[in-house]
Amino acid sequence: MGYEIIGITVLWLFLYGYLIVASVDFGAGFFAYYAKVTKKDHIINQLISRYLSPVWEVTNVFFVFFFVGIVGFFPDSAYYYGTALLVPGSIAIILLAIRGSFYAFENYGSKQSNVYMFLYGATGLLIPASLSTALTMSEGGFIVEENGQVSLQYMELLTSPYSWSVVFLAIVSVLFISASFLTFYAARANDTEALKLVRKYALFWGMPTIVMALTTFIALGQHNERHYENMMDLWWMFGLSVGFFMIAMWLLYIGKHYGLAFISVMLQFFFAFFGYGISHLPYILDPYINIFEHATHESMGIALIIAFIAGLFLLIPSLILLMKLFLFDADYVKGKK
Amino acid sequence: MEMDPVLMSRLLTALTLGFHIIFATLGVGVPLMICIAEFIGIRKNDPHYLLLARRWARGFVITVAIGVVTGTAIGLQLSLLWPNFMQIAGHVISLPLFMEVFAFFFEAIFLGIYLYTWDRFKNPYVHWALSIPVVIGGALSAFFITTVNAFMNTPEGFFLGEEGVAAINPIEAMFNPATPTKVFHVLASSYLTVAAILAAIAAFHLLRQKRKKTSAEGASVYHKKGLKLTVSIMFVFSLLTALAGDVSAKFLAEHQPEKLAAAEWHFETEENADLILFGWLNADNEPVGVLRFPGLLSFLAHGDFNSEVIGLEEFPEEVTPPLWVHYMFDLMVTIGMFLVGVSLLYLLFIKIKSVNEHNKWMLWLLVLSGPLAMLAIEFGWIYAEEGRQPWILRGVMTVEEAATSSPHVGLMFLLFLALYAVLGTICIIVLRKLFRNNPAEEELEKKYPTIETGDK
Repeated sequence: MGYEIIGITVLWLFLYGYLIVASVDFGAGFFAYYAKVTKKDHIINQLISRYLSPVWEVTNVFFVFFFVGIVGFFPDSAYYYGTALLVPGSIAIILLAIRGSFYAFENYGSKQSNVYMFLYGATGLLIPASLSTALTMSEGGFIVEENGQVSLQYMELLTSPYSWSVVFLAIVSVLFISASFLTFYAARANDTEALKLVRKYALFWGMPTIVMALTTFIALGQHNERHYENMMDLWWMFGLSVGFFMIAMWLLYIGKHYGLAFISVMLQFFFAFFGYGISHLPYILDPYINIFEHATHESMGIALIIAFIAGLFLLIPSLILLMKLFLFDADYVKGKK
Repeated sequence: MEMDPVLMSRLLTALTLGFHIIFATLGVGVPLMICIAEFIGIRKNDPHYLLLARRWARGFVITVAIGVVTGTAIGLQLSLLWPNFMQIAGHVISLPLFMEVFAFFFEAIFLGIYLYTWDRFKNPYVHWALSIPVVIGGALSAFFITTVNAFMNTPEGFFLGEEGVAAINPIEAMFNPATPTKVFHVLASSYLTVAAILAAIAAFHLLRQKRKKTSAEGASVYHKKGLKLTVSIMFVFSLLTALAGDVSAKFLAEHQPEKLAAAEWHFETEENADLILFGWLNADNEPVGVLRFPGLLSFLAHGDFNSEVIGLEEFPEEVTPPLWVHYMFDLMVTIGMFLVGVSLLYLLFIKIKSVNEHNKWMLWLLVLSGPLAMLAIEFGWIYAEEGRQPWILRGVMTVEEAATSSPHVGLMFLLFLALYAVLGTICIIVLRKLFRNNPAEEELEKKYPTIETGDK
C-alpha cells in the first residue's frame, strides 16, 4: 500500500472524527438556543455545558489537523482550493472564530446573554453548511482553471441541486448526531427530564437525515456519474449504514441501551462516510487533483506518516484520559464534581 | 475599486499574525507561570500561590480561546492567501506544520483536563502534574511553527528545478540554520513578556491599593508575592532574551547580512562598524541625529570589535529590505534593555533593606514593563518579517509570486479587521468583569477562610 493511500485514509479518519465531535458541539449549540426560546433551557443547558466545556478546543484541533494534513500530503490542494475558497473559507473562519471565542466568553466570563446564545445556535447550523460546500466542490464542475487563473463558479454552485442537498444533509445530520449523543449523556447523568427532551429531538431528526441521504445520493448521480457508479459498487457499505441507522432508531424508540444507540449512529456515519470517500478516489478534486499524481514526495510522505504514528501514541492515551475523566466518570456527568 | 491582491494579502496576513501573536505569546508563557506558582503553593502550603495559579488560569482560558480561533484563521489563510507558496513550500514544511498541530492537540487535551480538575484529586501534585503537558505542548508548538518561519528565512533541504520541488529532506528543512536562534529568541521572549505582564498586573493592583489606602492587608500580601515571583522570572528571562538577541544578530551577520544591515542603516561594508540607535535618514541616505556606539555593530555581528560587517551596498536594490525596519529593531532592543534594568532594580531593592521595593516609582516602572514587553514582541516580529522582504522564501520565491490572484482579498481584509476589533474589545471587557467582580481579597476569604489576613 502506497503512502498516498495511508495518508488519505488517516486524513479521512480525522475528518470523520471531526464530523462526530463537531456535530455534537454544533447541534448542542442549536439545541441550547432552541431550548432557551421554548423556555426549556433550565432542563438541558447545564448538561450541555458540562460536557462541552472541557472538549471544545479538542474539537477544533480535529479540523485543523485535517486541513494541515491535506495540504501537507497534497500541496496542490492548497493551490486549487486555496485560490477558489478564499471567500467561503474566510466566512467559515469568521463563523468558527465567533463560535469558539464567544463560547469561552460566555462560559467563563459573563452571565448568559441572548445575543451569545443566538450566535452560538446560529453558527452551529451555518458552519456545517459552509464547510460542506468544500465537499461539494470536490466533485468537480465548480472550480475552473482558465489561463492559470483558478476561480469558483458561484452561480453553478448556488443553482446546483446537489450542492443544496449536501447542505441540508449536513444540517440534519448534525442535529441527529448531536441529539443521539445528548440522549446517551443525559441517560448517564440519570437526568430523566433532559433525557425525555433530547430523546424526542433524536427521534425527530432521524427521518430527515435518512431522507436527505437518499436525496443527496440521487443528486450526486446526476452531477458526477463516475462517482455514482463507484458508489454502486460499494453498495454493501451503504447497506450497513442503513442497517445501523435502523438499529439506532429502534433502540432510541424503545428507550433502552442509549450507549449502543449512539455507537450505532457512529457506525451509520462511519460506513456512509467511508463508502463515499472510497468511491471518491482517486480524485481529491475531480479532475485536477489525483492522489497518485499530486501527492507530496515520498520522503515527506513517509516523514508525515511517522509523525502520524508518533502523534497517535501521544494522543490516544491522552484522549482516553480525557474521556475517562469527563465522559465516563459517572459522578462528573451527574454534576457532583 | 480593485485593490492589489498582493498588497492586500500582505496586509491581511500582517493583521491576523499581529493579532494572533499577542495571544500566542500568552499561550506559550502563561502555562509556565501557572505551573511554577502552583508548585510553590503546594510545596510551601501557601494558599496565596495557589490562588495566583487559579486566577491566572481563569484569565488564561479567555485568551486561549482567541489564540485558538486566530491560530485556526492563520492556518487556513496560509493556503487561502498564499496558494502558490503553499503549493511549492507545502512539500517541504508540512512536517513541522503537522507536528505543530499534534503539539497543540496535546496541549488542548491537557488544558481541558487541568482546568476542570481543581480539587478533584487527593494528592495535589497530581493536578499540578497535569500542567506540565500544557507547558510542554505550548513550547513545542512554538518550536515547530518557528522552524517553519526559520525555513522561510533560510530555506534548505530541497531542490527547486524546472519540474518543481525535488530532493526533499524534511529534517534538514526543519533544522535549517535559522532554527536554533529563532526558537531560542521566541521562547525566551515569550516567557519574559508573560512574566512582565503578570508583574504589571500585580504592580497595578498594589498601586491602586496605595491610592485608595484600603486596609485589605491579605490581598496586598497576595499581590506582593505575585510581584516578587513574576519579577524574578522576568529577570532570568530578560537576560536569556538578551543573550538570544545577541546570538540572533551573529546568525544574521553570517546568513542574512542584508537584514542586519537594513536594521542598522549600515550601507558600506567596513571593519570596526558602529552601532547606531534611532535618528533619521537625510536626503543622501545618511543617518542623522543618531546615537553612535563605535565598533559595537562589529562586536554584535562577530564578537570582535574590528571584524568586517557586510553593508547594504553589496546587494542589488530590488532585494534589500525597507529601511524603516531600523526603528523596529531599535525599539525592540531598547525595550529589551529596559526590562533587564527594571527587573534588576527591583531585585536590588529587595536586597537593600533601606529602600522600599514597593515604592510608587518602582511600581509604575513595572506597570509599564508589561505592555512594553508585548510591544517589543510586535516590533521584533515586524522587523523579522519586513527584514526579509521582498522574499517569502529568501532567495527562492518573492512575495509577489506567492500571493493569491483572487480579487476579493480587500473585502476579506475588512471583514477580518471587524472580527478582530470585536474579539479584542470583548476579550478586554470579559477579563475586566471576571476580575473586577471577584477581587482577590474576597476570593481569598471565601476559598481559604482559615487564612489570617495580614499573614506575612
